Amino acid sequence: MPQGRSPILELSGITKTFGGVEALRGVDFALSAGEIHGLVGENGAGKSTLMKIIAGVHAEFSGRFVLDGRETRFRSVRDARAAGIAMVHQELSVVPDLSVAENVFLGAQPTNRLGVVQWRRMAREAREQLARFGIDADPLSRLGDLPIGLQQLIEIARVLSSGARIIILDEPTSALSPPEVERLFATLRRLRDAGTGIVFISHFIEDILRVSDAVTVFRNGRKVADTPAAATSKGALIEAMIGKGGETLEESYTDEIALPPPSDRPVVLKANRLSLARNLQDVSFQVRSGEVLGIYGFMGCGQLELARILFGKLSPDHGTVVIGDDEKTFGSTADARRAGIAFVAESRRAMLFLQEPVYKNISISILDRLSSLFLKPSRERAIAARQIEQLQIRPAAVELELGMLSGGNQQKVALAKWLSYPPRVLVLCEPTRGMDVGAKNDVINIIRDLRARGLAVIVLSTEPETVLSLADRIIVLKRGTVVREFSNEAISKDRLLEAA
Amino acid sequence: MTTDDSATAAAANRKRPRSFAAMLRSQMRNIAPFVTLICLTGFFAVASPSFATLDNLGNILTQISVTGIIAVGLTFVILCAEIDLSIASIANVTGIAVAYFTAQESYVNIANMPMPGWAAILLALGLCAMLGLVNSLGLTVIGIPSFIMTLAMMQIAAGISALLVRGQIAYKVPPLVSTLGSSSIGGVPWIVIVAALMLLGGHLVLTYTRFGRYIYMVGGNREAAEYSGLNVKLILGSVMVISAICAGIGGMLGVAHFGSAQQNEFDSYLLDSIAAVVVGGTSLFGGRGGIPNTIVGLCVLGVLNNGLDHVNIDSFLKILIRGLILLAALVINVYAQRWRDRTAE
Repeated sequence: MPQGRSPILELSGITKTFGGVEALRGVDFALSAGEIHGLVGENGAGKSTLMKIIAGVHAEFSGRFVLDGRETRFRSVRDARAAGIAMVHQELSVVPDLSVAENVFLGAQPTNRLGVVQWRRMAREAREQLARFGIDADPLSRLGDLPIGLQQLIEIARVLSSGARIIILDEPTSALSPPEVERLFATLRRLRDAGTGIVFISHFIEDILRVSDAVTVFRNGRKVADTPAAATSKGALIEAMIGKGGETLEESYTDEIALPPPSDRPVVLKANRLSLARNLQDVSFQVRSGEVLGIYGFMGCGQLELARILFGKLSPDHGTVVIGDDEKTFGSTADARRAGIAFVAESRRAMLFLQEPVYKNISISILDRLSSLFLKPSRERAIAARQIEQLQIRPAAVELELGMLSGGNQQKVALAKWLSYPPRVLVLCEPTRGMDVGAKNDVINIIRDLRARGLAVIVLSTEPETVLSLADRIIVLKRGTVVREFSNEAISKDRLLEAA
Repeated sequence: MTTDDSATAAAANRKRPRSFAAMLRSQMRNIAPFVTLICLTGFFAVASPSFATLDNLGNILTQISVTGIIAVGLTFVILCAEIDLSIASIANVTGIAVAYFTAQESYVNIANMPMPGWAAILLALGLCAMLGLVNSLGLTVIGIPSFIMTLAMMQIAAGISALLVRGQIAYKVPPLVSTLGSSSIGGVPWIVIVAALMLLGGHLVLTYTRFGRYIYMVGGNREAAEYSGLNVKLILGSVMVISAICAGIGGMLGVAHFGSAQQNEFDSYLLDSIAAVVVGGTSLFGGRGGIPNTIVGLCVLGVLNNGLDHVNIDSFLKILIRGLILLAALVINVYAQRWRDRTAE
């Protein structure tokens, strides 16, 4: 916290439990006007929980909550809004079927005295507001038709222009391209200089260090460090986050790394001129056994659709998938699974049954191998226990409801469900997105281990680090076509970004 | 006891009240219907001397049997977060069909096609299975929401019923159906035994088979089920066919139980079946609940309907009270989901 300024928001001794699990234990936190406050910590460390308390999402907690020197309690998000606190959540909360302008003015449409919406004024003001953030989007177009990165920027713009005095951003940059991140930071600095208090949560520690004035580190529901950004370093922050010499865990990939020469092992899967409406045109590639193929591109380049075609969720307009000797397009995800393809979606929610115990989540994809008609729960539990052991899923309890696990451990469960009977091809979308350094490292090691066992792995990601840390060969996808392939050569983050 | 042990024990004791409250909250869905059942039973037992008798218990069980048979299939459907509004119509048309294929007395003016009993039963079952198949094709292949698809099927099945009986009433059904629907063994009505066996069978399928697990998983998170490589369409399709067949069996035995087959005979069974499943605490959002819940729901409805007769209440008020009880159950259902979500958050 900068010297000499009194905090507008002061929390002390905040404790919050979810069903007997303590998410926050006696945390103190203060925010001043005109400050950008960075927040880092592993998944499940309590950052988002604390921010949701500030934004009025969680109304039940113990501890003191002081705003402008007066003790306050928000009962709802509306209370927090009225007090001038706004939050951009990790998940997009836009309405894809409404226009850009309607989204910008969601819940606050300009009306005349009779309460009739003034559409023309709304469109004009939306355009002006977006232009201030350097966004050039037609206010009348349907928001869902725009690229995800742009949708996220529009959501951020909506919150930033809402006139809030305290703005909380939870992982705002994960879907943004580097120039978009730059524009966001410029806006944040401008708002800070105008006196807004900003909390910025991110896993990208470089971003935190670049834009924040102060940084707070969380570990296991406790605050473990609170320091001016200028007085710390990436290594020190990572060490505070995970509690041991962590600076070696995450490489920055600014230096060149060498991709290995092509292997001569058998081709396991071949994509043959796959095309899908406006998303993909004539995409072809192949993966060999024991190889990790990275597919890199910005958000909206067609990689999500490509992954879904490989797993039989979408049918291509034309083109085929060749697996082994069979050339086919899958009619369903069950077909693809039977052909030996495994899939992990980019969102954990789409992969997991949070209300069910861990072992049911792990056994679901292999139930037909475990049992014909009747279930064999003891075998399911045994297999789940083995996976928990191998992937070091914590807490190690097969019966625990999955929703009680932290995000990183949930992601491991999403992988574990495919590993008891290893598939021939593993298709992974954003396997490490939103994960902390330790869990990310675990997942990377798991994938490397699978490669060593001869699996063909396809990793699709919008994060250059993810692709660079895993891939033996990289193809770059841009607006639905393959624009570049990197193989048997030296590559760096810069060159990868340049190609996209 | 070592200090270590006592420390753990103390920790466990400290933890218990909180986890007990959490468990209570997460089990709300199962506890609330049961408490309702006990309260209703207690109320009627005090209010009317003729209610709490062994004879009346038999009455209640017989009264809920047809609903029970239909509700087995509906439980499967609702667990998948779908709905089947055609069950009552399908029950009706199946009951009419089995009479249509049976020789009637000469005074019954229906141009029917008499056949041996076994053939009539098979044809009637074939008919309801086929209607269920149409439901499932509409839902999975064409992609019509089940709410709309089964609304159409409700009309279609009613239309077939109308064409078969043309406003007349048929009385005869095959001997097997007649026995199961209207006679007793050792004082226990066959229809109660059939309902109990079907409920038991449904429970075993849902709890101990792979198919049952798939139903819970599809209901819990359909997207995740699909991305786990389950054939979601096949599971949804099967569930719609199972629902139609259960409705058909309920319809055939119901016709024997009532002693006649005619148009609109089962109209009240749509609401009753849905009410039984939902009052019992099976989640309308899918993935939670099961046959034990449905049994409790059936008993609540059975006790309520029967008990209201015993306290000699205005029969028009009875309809309103049933509606209010259903509303209360829906409120509990939604809140139970919300509490659960909050605990799991």
